[in-house]
Amino acid sequence: MSNTNQNDLRENQAIPTVDGEDYLLEVKNLVKYFPIKGGFFGRTVGQVKAVDGVSFHIKRGTTMGLVGESGCGKSTIGRTILRLHDKTSGQVLFNGQDIFSLSSSELRKLRPKLQIIFQDPYSSLSPRLPVGEIIGEAVREHNIVPAAEFDDYITDIMKQCGLQEFHKDRYPHEFSGGQRQRICIARALALKPEFILCDEPVSALDVSIQAQIINLLRELQKNFGLTYLFISHDLSVVEHISDTVGVMYLGKMVEIAPKSAIYDHPLHPYSKALISAVPVPDPKTARANKRVQLTGEIPSPLHAPSGCPFHTRCPYAKPVCSESMPEFKELSKGHFVACHLAEEIND
Amino acid sequence: MAKKKNDGYLSAKESRRISRENRKITNAYEKARKRKNVPESEYLTKMHDPNNAVEFDNLHSYFFTDTGVVRAVDGVSFNVPIGKTVGVVGESGCGKSVTSLSLMQLLQRPQGQTVEGEIRLNIGGDKAYDVTKAPNSVMQKLRGNYVSMIFQEPMTALNPVFRIGEQIEEVLKLHDDDHRTEEQFKARTIELLEMVGIANSEGVYRMYPHELSGGMRQRVVIAMALACNPRIIIADEPTTALDVTIQAQILDLLRQLKNKTNSSIMFITHDLGVIAEMADYVVVMYAGRVVEKGTAEDIFYHPAHPYTIGLMNSKPVVGKKVDELYSIPGKVPNPINMPKYCYFRDRCEMCVEQCSGEYPKEIQISDTHFVSCYRFDGKEAK
Repeated sequence: MSNTNQNDLRENQAIPTVDGEDYLLEVKNLVKYFPIKGGFFGRTVGQVKAVDGVSFHIKRGTTMGLVGESGCGKSTIGRTILRLHDKTSGQVLFNGQDIFSLSSSELRKLRPKLQIIFQDPYSSLSPRLPVGEIIGEAVREHNIVPAAEFDDYITDIMKQCGLQEFHKDRYPHEFSGGQRQRICIARALALKPEFILCDEPVSALDVSIQAQIINLLRELQKNFGLTYLFISHDLSVVEHISDTVGVMYLGKMVEIAPKSAIYDHPLHPYSKALISAVPVPDPKTARANKRVQLTGEIPSPLHAPSGCPFHTRCPYAKPVCSESMPEFKELSKGHFVACHLAEEIND
Repeated sequence: MAKKKNDGYLSAKESRRISRENRKITNAYEKARKRKNVPESEYLTKMHDPNNAVEFDNLHSYFFTDTGVVRAVDGVSFNVPIGKTVGVVGESGCGKSVTSLSLMQLLQRPQGQTVEGEIRLNIGGDKAYDVTKAPNSVMQKLRGNYVSMIFQEPMTALNPVFRIGEQIEEVLKLHDDDHRTEEQFKARTIELLEMVGIANSEGVYRMYPHELSGGMRQRVVIAMALACNPRIIIADEPTTALDVTIQAQILDLLRQLKNKTNSSIMFITHDLGVIAEMADYVVVMYAGRVVEKGTAEDIFYHPAHPYTIGLMNSKPVVGKKVDELYSIPGKVPNPINMPKYCYFRDRCEMCVEQCSGEYPKEIQISDTHFVSCYRFDGKEAK
């Protein structure tokens, strides 16, 4: 089958790395397919290629932003990295250790190092536990601090996240969305993690609350040397918080670059369209804005187009685009793009 | 009255008492609303300016809940000129949706009631109706024909068990005055689907909502809203649930359609970027009141109210680099116990002496620009 060919192709692709750097997380050719069961006896009748050969690296103490439309596989990547899903193939190295090769007891030891903050602070907190218990449960479970210091430790963590000591005995329903998100952050932080996956942490919040949470995340990163993978569909938030940005489309990474490069000179036509589609709060520029308007919508990942997945909506598409998947190549230092025409259209 | 407790705890007895009182009040409103054969003179008014499609005049919409009266909209006045887009911005719970639902008279009744003020709806021919006094039978004719609404969640706005075609036709049939035939209905529906940029209109006509993507569903909802050529379209966060590229398509579509039909749009959103792109006039709401209003240029280039300024600074903007985002300190006051002074005082970093006084009145600082803030007291435009 052509499957092997595809795999070979992936092996040959450049992996965005400069050796000798201190990478906390390395993702190599990660693939995650979800089978679709159907028909008689629940056979597998198809596959949703949620993540299809994605590679990237995150340097210790930095933030990588991951953007893309809904259904492009951003969250699946995040969850697969944390081994909340099993992979189909590929590697995820955390501190040089493949997390998929770990036994369950080893994984359990690693868990506190890898934490997650979810999008919806309403459904990610147990309504029956008081806040102190929500934050402290895992701390006790993993013996992060000695029992004698437990109370002080939880209080300290809560203060770091902008919560008061008396909040400990309250229940989640007594808090507003922004404060609940602070509880979620405190819960993740209490385990002394090295890496936090932020899966759309501010999408459900109002603008002024959003700013508070973003500032808090940045402050914590400074104080604790945290590494973030920040998933969001809001490009302005991602620009604000990230050091590098990855753009995804239909399960594939189409562009990775340092923040300034991707926002000032996006190379992939999809990144261009995405960045120009962000509304600017300035009436004159907003109306004069020359948009790269995309027609149509993101195709179903069940029947992904052949070749470059973006060719169906790409304003520059040529015959070659529908025939072969473009290589993921480095055009300038640290700026990777997967487009046949990247050099041509950016002259 | 029982002793005031700060933690918001309410005894069952107290709650029952409030509930009983509320029922008395809401029953009176409901009774007035359900009367039959209301003479037209009761709700007939005149527009203050015939160039306006809608005038909100000192609107008060309250919710009578068992824990107290929530003043969701508390004295809101602004105009929607014909053929223009008015953007209403504010955080969740500031009353932007309640303002628009008051215009449609679709508040959750009997708890939600418009207790004071007028909403004058221009129905052409030098006539106007005050929708707050119009009975249900009249409202049914106004909805769809004069005012219609595009909702935020296209999935919940469409009925999952009916085909798209049927749902749009239902609107047409309800408002049919020309006694059209089935074929004419279908032709009009397909025309509408094509108008909102659905290429496969014949196919979509026979589809169910779940077969469409979010962007397509929103197009269908827009088609439904436009079915009877309304004079004013209320768009309540129409793009919040959509991706940026789809959002750009939908905003473009709305702009084109507005120009084609010369109707007005009341655009409700919390995204300042979307407002900048769409709106001619902007109304900034905070805790049930209008804190600032003016043209888009006034608001974006010369924001006057501290809340507007804070809102602008707290939003990260693509291409604008800041080290730390500004965040407005504190939170919105409890809607049941609103303070007597300016609602924004406790979060404001630009307070002046008068701020402890009563709520500031609206001050005109230029031809088009109004703000409710003591910082501009005595600086009115001549």
